Parts: sequence; structure tokens; C-alpha cells
Amino acid sequence: MSDVLNAVPAPIGLLAELTHRCPLRCPYCSNPVELERRSAELDTATWCRILSEAAALGVLHVHLSGGEPTARSDIEAITAHCAMVGLYTNLITSGVGPALTKLGGLAAAGLDHVQLSVQAGDASTADSIAQLKGAHEQKLVFARRVVELDLPLTLNAVIHRGNIGSVSDLIALAVDLGAKRLEIAHTQYYGWAYVNRAALMPTRTEVDRSIAVVEEAREQLQGRLVIDLVVPDYYASYPKACAGGWGRRLMNVSPSGKVLPCHAAETIPNLTFWNVHDHSLAEIWAESPAFQAFRGTEWMQEPCRSCERRERDWGGCRCQALALTGDAASTDPACHLSPHHALIRNLARTDSASSSSTTVYRGFGALTEHVPAGEPV
Amino acid sequence: MMTALSAGSVPHLPRGVRLHHDRIRNTHVLLAPERAFDLDDIALEVLRLVDGQRSIREIAGALAARYDAEQDVIEADVIDMLNGLANRRIVGATPLEPDRKP
Repeated sequence: MSDVLNAVPAPIGLLAELTHRCPLRCPYCSNPVELERRSAELDTATWCRILSEAAALGVLHVHLSGGEPTARSDIEAITAHCAMVGLYTNLITSGVGPALTKLGGLAAAGLDHVQLSVQAGDASTADSIAQLKGAHEQKLVFARRVVELDLPLTLNAVIHRGNIGSVSDLIALAVDLGAKRLEIAHTQYYGWAYVNRAALMPTRTEVDRSIAVVEEAREQLQGRLVIDLVVPDYYASYPKACAGGWGRRLMNVSPSGKVLPCHAAETIPNLTFWNVHDHSLAEIWAESPAFQAFRGTEWMQEPCRSCERRERDWGGCRCQALALTGDAASTDPACHLSPHHALIRNLARTDSASSSSTTVYRGFGALTEHVPAGEPV
Repeated sequence: MMTALSAGSVPHLPRGVRLHHDRIRNTHVLLAPERAFDLDDIALEVLRLVDGQRSIREIAGALAARYDAEQDVIEADVIDMLNGLANRRIVGATPLEPDRKP
């Protein structure tokens, strides 16, 4: 056992999904399609214990996320605990609802960084995507308060067909608000986004144009705004090292205490996820079946197994491999070397040409409910 | 618009950027939004002197004295390193009078 512990490098990041409750209903939400209920959420003492264990294990950054993390009444106490044990805290927030009133307390508790989601460059598109009237305006007020408090601000925009024309507006908004960073993150198609793919997929031309806009702005805004770009897998030639490689850098704790190698890992059947109620984080990281399942390169099939990039992209995304090929251990079909690569190309072409505007908006039990996209909210 | 620091600039680590002693990996890291930088001994020495008070010239002077090295060479290296971080919005700086002497 000590060999296992020695062989596994310590994680550097922990995504703490404090709650799945959220005032927004974005159709590409990264939470699982089956959201966890408030009654199942971990209590304050358990979160503090986990965070202390994370610091002792080698975690540097904690991402306080959700759902909307400020929906938790103990968000300030959890943030203060992170500061006490030396963890760098990143609040991943919608900026809506209780977020604004709690911001001063969070800054005083030692919060290090705020990542604010924005859905588009203009209020009407943004509110339609989030399905909440007035959300965008609340976000702008929240963003200005973050900057007033001298906290570093990152804007995160998930890009899809409904807002891909808005990339230059998003860049201008980030500059106007005084953000230091902007994440232009093309939708990754797992969970809610997988369900809604036909309504979200942009065309190749739109994707190429959006990337060109980012590249030009990066040059113009050097030293003012850092723009991180996450390109879409469905138009890529190589896969991404999902979460930096399975069980290599990150762990994700769900609201009820399940510890996952990535936030979408529950889509893979037959994986056993250990819970913080039963095991320490160190035990889970080193020994839990889910973390061991795809760690390293032993599990790989060809073409990954003999590929010179196998320790760069670690085979890509297991959830995507499962969703599109039926086998979680196959090469991510985003890779041009995958025998299934034509499939992902065809899906992108078909979905982007689809006139589908039927989107399933995120929510508890929402899969039974269909709301037309773009309808006034 | 590139950030261009000069010897007279006074650099500081803004809120959300801090040095951290990583006891697990026995190293020092610079923690920043979504980033952690492993620091070698020299980078650590430079960043320990970045306090929002000293100019780059003063930082280079302290290092030149400590390592018995040429001020000009050190100064150019420090500007280069801090420019890289300033362009990524990880270091802030106040451009004081360019010729301010220590």
C-alpha cells in the first residue's frame, strides 16, 4: 500500500461542489443530470474536515463551486477555514442571488479569487440562456463590487451556438469590468450539454471565427486581459488531457460527499465512488476503485497504448469515449487517430446544421420538462 | 499594449497572488488565479523582495550585493522575469519616475 501511495503524485486541485442548488438553469451546466438534493448535502464540520485533509494531502487550489456556492449559509466559514489551512480559494459563482451580499464577508474571510460566469455580452441573450430575468444586470453589479474590493476577477463564458457571435462583446465586457482574466470556454458535451447538443453545437466556420477573434484580442490586450481559450473537442484533432489526466491532479467532491476523478465521472457505469463519510481523502485518492480505474496508462487500448502522446493527453476524456463509442476505455474520439473520429466529425456537422431549438434547461427533475430556447423569460 | 517595466518601477503582488511554502512537495510556489508556478531559488529570492516598496533597481541592488554580481545584469534579468508575470497580470507595478535613485 505504501508503494501505491508513493507512486501516486499528490493532487493539486480540489473542486468542492458545495451544493447543486442554483438560481440559473443554463442548458450546458457541468453538474450531473441527476442533481443532488439539499437534504443530502454535507454539513459544515465535514467540509472543514475534508478541506484540512486536502491541504495535508498537497492540494493548493480549492474551487468553491456548485451550483451556486453562496447558496450555502456557511460559505464564509468554509472560506475562512480554507484560508486558515493555507488553501488558495477560488469562488466559482453566478453572482446572482445571495452572492452580492456575501461578497464583503468572503473577502474578509480571506477569499483569493472570484470566477464569475457570464452567459453572453448582452442582457437579453444572457438572461434567456440562464432562464432568469435580470440575472445579467445582477452579475454586472457583482463584478464591479469584486473589483472594488480589490479581489482578482475572472469572467467565464461557456460558448455555444446561442452566443458564439458574442465573443468580441464578452471581451469588451471583461475589459470594461476590470477583469484580469477571461475564459472563453467552448461547451464540452457531457451531462446537460450532451442532452442539448443539437441545440448548442456551432458550425466549424463560427468556431474558427471565434478563435480568430480571441487570438487578435490577446495580442491587443496583452498586459491588460489574459484570455484562456478552451477549444471544442468536436472540431479538434487531438483530445484534451481531461482534468490533467485521470486521478493525477484533481479531485471533485460532490455535495453529498462522493469523491470523483472529474465532475462527469458518474456517467460511467460500474465505477465505485467512495464517500468522505467512509474514507479519508488520502485513502480515496490512493486506493478508491474509481480513481484507480483509468489512472496512468495501463488501462489503455490502441491507438493510445503505443502513442507517443499517451502521457500528454492521457487518452483524453473517459466520459466522452463512453458516450460516443460505448466503451469508457477506448480512445477519446476527439483524437484523429481514434477509429471513431469520423463519428464525432459527423455529429458536429449534423448537430450544427440542425434547426433544433429545443433545449432542456437545467433543474431538479428537469428532464421531463422541455422549454423552447430563446423564449422571453 | 505590452506592460513594460523599468528599473524605476515598483512591483507588488496584488491580492490573489501569494508565495506559498508547499511542505508536501518541499518547494515554494507562487499561487495565482487558476495557476501555480514552481519557483527556483532565484525566482523565490526576487519575489521575496517584491513588497510594493522597493523599486526594481533596489531589488536588483540587494541581489547584486548578496551574490556579488553585476547590478546591470541582475537588473535586466529581474525586469525580464517580472515583465513576464506582469503581462499575465500576476504582478502589478507602479511606474515611478524612471530615474529615481535608491
